[in-house]
Amino acid sequence: MSWTRKILRVNLTEGTLNVEPLNMQWAAEYIGQRGLATRYLFEETDPTCDPLGPDNKLIFATGPLTGTMASTGGRYSVITKSPLTGAVACSNSGGFIGAELKSAGWDMVICEGRSPSPVMLHIVDDKAELVPADDLWGKSVWEADKLIHQKYNDPQMRIAAVGRAAEAGCLYSAVINDLHRAAGRSGVGTVMASKNLKAMAVRGTLGVGNIKDPGRFLSATTEQKKVLAENAVTGQGLPALGTQVLMNVINEIGALPTNNMKEVQFKDANKISAEAMQEPRESDGKPNLTTNAACFGCTIACGRISTIDREHFTVENKPEYWGNSGGLEYEAAWALGADTGVGDLDTLTYANFVCNEDGMDPISFGATVAAAMELFEEGVITTEHTGGMELRFGSSEALAWCAEKVATGEGFGADLGLGSKRLCEKYGRPELSMTVKGQEFPAYDPRGVQGMGLTYATSNRGACHLRSYTVASEVLGIPEKTDPLSTDGKAGLVKAFQDATAAVDSTGLCVFTTFAWSLDNIAPQVDAACEGDWTPERLLEAGERIWNLERDYNMRAGLTGADDMLPKRLLKDAAKTGPAEGKVSGLDVMLPEYYELRGWTADGQLTQDTRSRFGLPA
Amino acid sequence: MLRSLNINPDKCTGCLQCEMACSFENEGVFNPAKSRIKVFSFHHEGRFVPYTCTQCDEAWCLHACPVEAIKMNRETGAMEVLDAVCVGCKVCTIACPFGTVNYNQSTGKVIKCDLCGGDPQCAAACPTEAITYVDADATGLDKMRSWAAKTDNATHAN
Ligand code: SF4
Ligand code: SF4
Repeated sequence: MSWTRKILRVNLTEGTLNVEPLNMQWAAEYIGQRGLATRYLFEETDPTCDPLGPDNKLIFATGPLTGTMASTGGRYSVITKSPLTGAVACSNSGGFIGAELKSAGWDMVICEGRSPSPVMLHIVDDKAELVPADDLWGKSVWEADKLIHQKYNDPQMRIAAVGRAAEAGCLYSAVINDLHRAAGRSGVGTVMASKNLKAMAVRGTLGVGNIKDPGRFLSATTEQKKVLAENAVTGQGLPALGTQVLMNVINEIGALPTNNMKEVQFKDANKISAEAMQEPRESDGKPNLTTNAACFGCTIACGRISTIDREHFTVENKPEYWGNSGGLEYEAAWALGADTGVGDLDTLTYANFVCNEDGMDPISFGATVAAAMELFEEGVITTEHTGGMELRFGSSEALAWCAEKVATGEGFGADLGLGSKRLCEKYGRPELSMTVKGQEFPAYDPRGVQGMGLTYATSNRGACHLRSYTVASEVLGIPEKTDPLSTDGKAGLVKAFQDATAAVDSTGLCVFTTFAWSLDNIAPQVDAACEGDWTPERLLEAGERIWNLERDYNMRAGLTGADDMLPKRLLKDAAKTGPAEGKVSGLDVMLPEYYELRGWTADGQLTQDTRSRFGLPA
Repeated sequence: MLRSLNINPDKCTGCLQCEMACSFENEGVFNPAKSRIKVFSFHHEGRFVPYTCTQCDEAWCLHACPVEAIKMNRETGAMEVLDAVCVGCKVCTIACPFGTVNYNQSTGKVIKCDLCGGDPQCAAACPTEAITYVDADATGLDKMRSWAAKTDNATHAN
């Protein structure tokens, strides 16, 4: 069990809410969360639908282990068709609202249609209602959060909301929950705002029971928590330094994309690293990092809680930014920092706070600013377009200004809200966009970490590191070390990571556990909680099924193998410095091998054989 | 030897493993809403503070109860609620200055920490040792040690 077996279906057009039983046949095949919600999306939407039209659906989905004592068992995902990529979107978030939703008795919330006016979904256990939210429209996530808490006078309520960026149509808007946790990528927040759904506020007091074998579950989860505690990455690196532990490491191996990926090393990497976050500041003697923090149920606690120097130009007149909030993760620090050439920790933290307050994906935002900076330096974008601001690489002022503009969609902010691909197309230089399927790259240069090139090219949601984090193997040696500069064996490595990750993302657990856990560690926990027999092999098979289903959705949406492509810069312009000097991405070698391993055609289409092997819908 | 829960908020990450362990032990479900220990998050200050009953010797709740439903467990020192006796009048929840006795709507009784009969599950579940179960006479020892470590006597040595 462990599933609550209940779905809340919200028809926003009609303003009606209905309870439905969970399809347990699908749960057996697709587990929960990412996999199961994708199955629903596949069934219920036309893949060619307009992502921002009423025919698209928006699904909030928990996994069977969400809300339990399994370490990191607090995750939920938002699944929809992405307005940024036109492909399936699935953005995973931690914090507390996923577990709260489960504790209120729901596996999933499916939102369909479009409300005629702004509304909020309010859930208290089995009672759910749509509440007018005209007063919240036009407010940032932080303001809305405060108003909702005040309105219900309930400090324990958990809230997910979209900010002004999403309302303004920024195509990489995030859903922010618990103030600074994000279902960040692919514009899932943009879809939420397009439905006039401003927020979801949840209070769950029913708890999560129905564990198949409670005794075995407790001993399995306790044992696996020990594994996390004893592992160097999950037991020491992540709690102490966060994901930012990577900044100096990735720079040293020459895979830190810099200045819109023109370079692969950043001279100021050490100034924006985890180590820098711990250095006392001159002004007040406090470090940027206050403490680490956990998501629900997580015994790793990688989260960063930070402050900005009150005297810093970005916040000297903004006292509401003087307190603690969610600090820099590695991907954000890279996108806001190295990719824009900005080496000032306070400006980066400020831009990160703005991304949280108004719901923007910091990766896509930073990478879009980087593209705009290159367009500016090339003389394509000028101060006439920006209204005076000089968008130069390395300019803290420009970065802070861009964040504020995208947050509200004002002026040039509307152009930046298009994302890198549409921005570069609009200004006639599409080749300067560092994207795959329209989604901006994260923080690993495929010239220095070859597996990541294939990862980005084939990711079902556009460029993304979290679909197959081969960095674990190629850089950190987990589960075993492979050569980051070689393409040998990378097709198999990518496939293995993709399938396993799809399974993990469907359970309710955090992918960061996989620095220490394999499916061998996860299966006993799922098996003790959920009905049926859950072996590592079955989880892996489900992962592969999920991967193929996502691919199938994308192909039906009109994508083709030609979309599994990297920008020319990474295929033609060799890395100029560091260990990867002289290297380009070897995608052309890896891709055919990958298609073959997947059992797809030479142009990347699913075969009938693959479909029937996994029992995919016809 | 009597033992006490010893709470060190500086170590807490706000993960709520303690709340889940507590509710699972006492209610059979993972349900922070029904936990006897509560972790408070002070977002602006970036602090997490676990808080629960300290098992007062002269317990306000025990003295306030009109039907003597709260008794001290001599072995653990915990003030325990006898469910069969409790009438749900909630006087104890008013009497406790710390708010750690609470009413449970679903049973019509009050609930409070009972140290799990001497094996507190919150302490067992806490990954950071923000909650430990230690000799009741020595709850200050860790703090004394950490301050002692900061005492600088190097200058006196020469
Ligand atoms: S590892 Fe980090 S992101 Fe994952 S659940 Fe724990 S605190 Fe959240
Ligand atoms: S288990 Fe420990 S670290 Fe987690 S919330 Fe409770 S006291 Fe804090």
